[in-house]
Amino acid sequence: MDWTRILTNVAGEFFAPTTAAYALAAVGLNIHFGLTGLLNMGQAGFMLLGAYGFAIATIAGWPLWAAVLIAIAAATIFALILGIPTLKLRGDYLAIVTIAAAEIVRLVGRSTALTELTGASSGLRGNQYKDTFQDASPFDDGTWALGPFEYAVNASNSWWIRIVGWVVVGLACWLVWLLIRSPWGRVLKGIREDEDAVRSLGKNVYSYKMQALVLGGVIGSLAGILYVLPRAVQPDSMGRSMTFFIWTILLLGGAATVFGPVLGSIIFWAVLALVKLTLRDVVPTTFLRSEQIEQFGWIIVGVALMLLIIFRPQGILGDKKELAINAH
Amino acid sequence: MPTEPSPAATDARAAVAAALRDVPHVPGAPKPDPVLIADDVRRMFGGVNAVDVDHVEVQRGAITALIGPNGAGKTTFFNLLTGFDKPNSGKWTFDGRSLGGVAAARVARAGMVRTFQLTKALNRMTVMENMRLGATAQPGENLFAALVPAVWRPREKAITEQAEELLARFKLDTKRDDFAGSLSGGQRKLLEMARALMAKPQMIMLDEPMAGVNPALTQSLLGHIQALRDDGMTVLFVEHDMHMVRHISDWVVVMTEGRIVAEGPPDSVMNNPAVIDAYLGAHHDTDLGDDALLDDAVLEQLRTEDEEAR
Amino acid sequence: MRSAVLDPGGTTTPPLARRIAALLLLALTSVTLLLVATPARAQGPVASATAACVADAATGCIVGTLRTEAGEPVVGAVLNVVGPQGELTATSDATGRWSVAVTEPGEYEVTLDVATIPAGEALRDPANNPRTVAVGLGASAAALFPLGAPAAGGGGGDTGDEPSDSPTTGTDGGAAAVPTTPGSTGSGVTAARVAQLTVNGLVFGTLLALASVGLSLIYGTTGLSNFAHGEQVSLGGILAYVGTQLVGLPLIPSAIIAVALGAATGWLQDAGLWKPLRRRGVGMIQQMIVTIGLSMAISYVFQFFFGAGPLRIVTDTPTSVSIGPVRITTTTLWSLAIAAIVLGGVAYFLLGTRAGRATRAVADNPALAAASGISVNGMIRIVWTLGAGLAALGGVLIGLYFGATSWYSGGALLLLMFAAVTLGGLGAAFGALAGSIVIGLVVELSSLWIPTDMRYASALVILILVLLVRPQGILGRATRVG
Repeated sequence: MDWTRILTNVAGEFFAPTTAAYALAAVGLNIHFGLTGLLNMGQAGFMLLGAYGFAIATIAGWPLWAAVLIAIAAATIFALILGIPTLKLRGDYLAIVTIAAAEIVRLVGRSTALTELTGASSGLRGNQYKDTFQDASPFDDGTWALGPFEYAVNASNSWWIRIVGWVVVGLACWLVWLLIRSPWGRVLKGIREDEDAVRSLGKNVYSYKMQALVLGGVIGSLAGILYVLPRAVQPDSMGRSMTFFIWTILLLGGAATVFGPVLGSIIFWAVLALVKLTLRDVVPTTFLRSEQIEQFGWIIVGVALMLLIIFRPQGILGDKKELAINAH
Repeated sequence: MPTEPSPAATDARAAVAAALRDVPHVPGAPKPDPVLIADDVRRMFGGVNAVDVDHVEVQRGAITALIGPNGAGKTTFFNLLTGFDKPNSGKWTFDGRSLGGVAAARVARAGMVRTFQLTKALNRMTVMENMRLGATAQPGENLFAALVPAVWRPREKAITEQAEELLARFKLDTKRDDFAGSLSGGQRKLLEMARALMAKPQMIMLDEPMAGVNPALTQSLLGHIQALRDDGMTVLFVEHDMHMVRHISDWVVVMTEGRIVAEGPPDSVMNNPAVIDAYLGAHHDTDLGDDALLDDAVLEQLRTEDEEAR
Repeated sequence: MRSAVLDPGGTTTPPLARRIAALLLLALTSVTLLLVATPARAQGPVASATAACVADAATGCIVGTLRTEAGEPVVGAVLNVVGPQGELTATSDATGRWSVAVTEPGEYEVTLDVATIPAGEALRDPANNPRTVAVGLGASAAALFPLGAPAAGGGGGDTGDEPSDSPTTGTDGGAAAVPTTPGSTGSGVTAARVAQLTVNGLVFGTLLALASVGLSLIYGTTGLSNFAHGEQVSLGGILAYVGTQLVGLPLIPSAIIAVALGAATGWLQDAGLWKPLRRRGVGMIQQMIVTIGLSMAISYVFQFFFGAGPLRIVTDTPTSVSIGPVRITTTTLWSLAIAAIVLGGVAYFLLGTRAGRATRAVADNPALAAASGISVNGMIRIVWTLGAGLAALGGVLIGLYFGATSWYSGGALLLLMFAAVTLGGLGAAFGALAGSIVIGLVVELSSLWIPTDMRYASALVILILVLLVRPQGILGRATRVG
């Protein structure tokens, strides 16, 4: 077994663009669930919408900044549409509506009726929309190696997307760090605990929940852009499973913490890569086909999610005394 | 010491008593200086009138007790007045402003702050965070201002000072950094009341402040409620235990089956046949208030225990 | 929502850990036994999988067929594929087909090694080699290299005539996993079509009701939104498939065994997982997230053993009968009759029997029910068993109705079940029945106006709209706040 190759690949997952995208999506979900107690089961919908908004605007010839703004606007409108009917209702309604809404985005996006806009189920190819992002890079084209990690500087799965991705993740963490310590974050924490109590103190709970939903959703849409930049916009790869992975990441790292989502994402992808690569090397393909190894990985994720939420709902970084898994 | 009536307290109580002297002891009686006036407030649950109040006024600066047997609709009436439930019909004004159909948060901002029967201390926040949350006019509660600490730090400092004063008054200052969930039931009641006071309300509405509180702390709570009145605040509180009420309230409103059946000063209400009927008729087993329980000797004993407990 | 706060002083209790470990072990053992008992199926694909790639939720395929200008397959041509997964190669087989399995979605650059194509053949569009295709997991993307004389006008016509990537399956997709029902193709609003779609909607709604009534009962008695209920439905279909196709039983005994085993999993789940969690005081939201993890684990276990493709419970073509303008298969008529009888039985159980009334009492007020001498845990056990059994029956009948079942057939319906339950009022069993019929009709009739592949979305839009105007559902009633 080639441990060097396996460990190098696993280490590559630590700072892969996908890891950054999932970390960012989990930061958004953390604002919903960790800070406010909102059960958003449709974070992948925000991501897909952001990805579509960015890609379609870019293909239409819009500059980079405008395409990003379109993604943000799409997520904002989506959050408002979801929040208006549900934020006054019980928490499980929001869960059902967000998961349904994310599914609607995916079903509409993959529908043949919109082929010209969204490319239907085959989606939008990356090189249709990644030029503006790659052109924004200050570096020269080519490849560059750091130790065993060699990637293109600007193209597709590049150093450039890694740098931008992790800078955005860092900024999002800084934002959460500021907000958690602010009076605004205190109101959210109160809402997570008992929204009636906060209402009785004169705070407009509905408005705060809406602000949290929009903010977390916008961060989710940026994560969507990050996620699709090194690949394609594929509606079926951004479905319910993606949301559940983000939840696992958040609960693994620790909800309501600043760095929990980042740590969770790194561990999630590294462990998954380790398990799959090792199995691929150890288990003969006559016993387990390669797709069965993939499926085995996801089975582990499902079981890990169950065990985590039962035995360590505060995750790695969380404080059990402070975390209430409450629905609003 | 809140349980010892101070001269100011006696004055305040006497002044309120004087103001209410000529008010007739009938349901819906008009008050000389009402802060809250409610008309035709009704709330149905599955065809049953949970609340059916024709008219009621609450005197400014007085402690008014809303009493009645279990299921009389007191809490529902409270929920309606504070915007936590919507009536089928009715309107009410608070300090001249109409508050019918206004959302709970805006009712609170209008100066009418409530507490809950089942204490809603925010258990996973510290006592100080609970207190700060009660404050108003904190610019940092705006999402964008929150990002610039310089904008909200000065106000935060003022809020913290105000909170520390209140905590000292409610003898919670030593618990400042403890999680609210670690406090005793009575301390949580005190915290909830102190937190409500952070907003400097005109009127405070307490839903069964004495429920589930041990006798020693009951005395201290009663003292705090009287002190609020002495500071000029209007207090409306729900209670179904009458002997708690008679020692501190200036005026008593009796509800049963959603209606107001009697009003008056405590002593007069206790002897009102409608009240006795309401209690005995509906709930024969309800303790009408065995005053032996709260005679002076017992009170003295409780007070001593209270002292020793500290 | 019932109290869903974590117990701050709660410490991990080893018995629960052991119990869960035991449960997982049990589950794993049973599926392993299943695997051992069915070597033909489980290992069948391996033999043929040397070249052909099967797309599933974790795998994407890049495929193509190479033919000479004369239409003969090109054998032994070598293709290089470079992308997120690194460098891969493929060789075309005797039919000219080649495929590459990727587990990392994204863009891949496919290069045809022109040195390996037969002499005298050339690429029709040399500018298109290498070409880039985007592939997602669960989809196949085609990279076609037409051979022949270079097209006139250079590369002007390289797009349009042949899509560079045309996915064939989308197993993660709800709509794609379920074949189109008879009569729903075609267009235009005609009376006959409306009649056909209405009947389809009623059938689909009735079958959906079998699944959603169980979901609603479980929610009603325990407060739990069970995201793994879809997998209970898939389980029924898959067990029936195992019975008919792998064990060789006739359909009816196989279906009965599937339902019985389905119900048994409900009993086991409550005994081994949910009851210990309730006793431990695990909050409702936590339990809901447990169901999400369970749903993920079970669905991939299905995929692990049975693959991502459709599984046909019966292989013979069903016979159809025509009633006026409406065509319906005899199997569907029987299914409808069975579903109606079973739903009637459930209604009788809830309204007419002591146990059923006790169940409703628990749903209404568990504390009061317990005080009246009803065993709350006993009732919850009955509800889990009943709900899982109903879901399994729904899975069998839905599998028959759509012609095939799959690892995802229940998962695709989960949101429609939630929509039905929410429409009917969360926790109201009869509401779930009414809600299912509405959802069935909405799904089928909406294809009169919107593309068929968006019809599931229409049901979900209805769900959101209903919440906007009547959050307590069609049959639910407003409850006292606070």
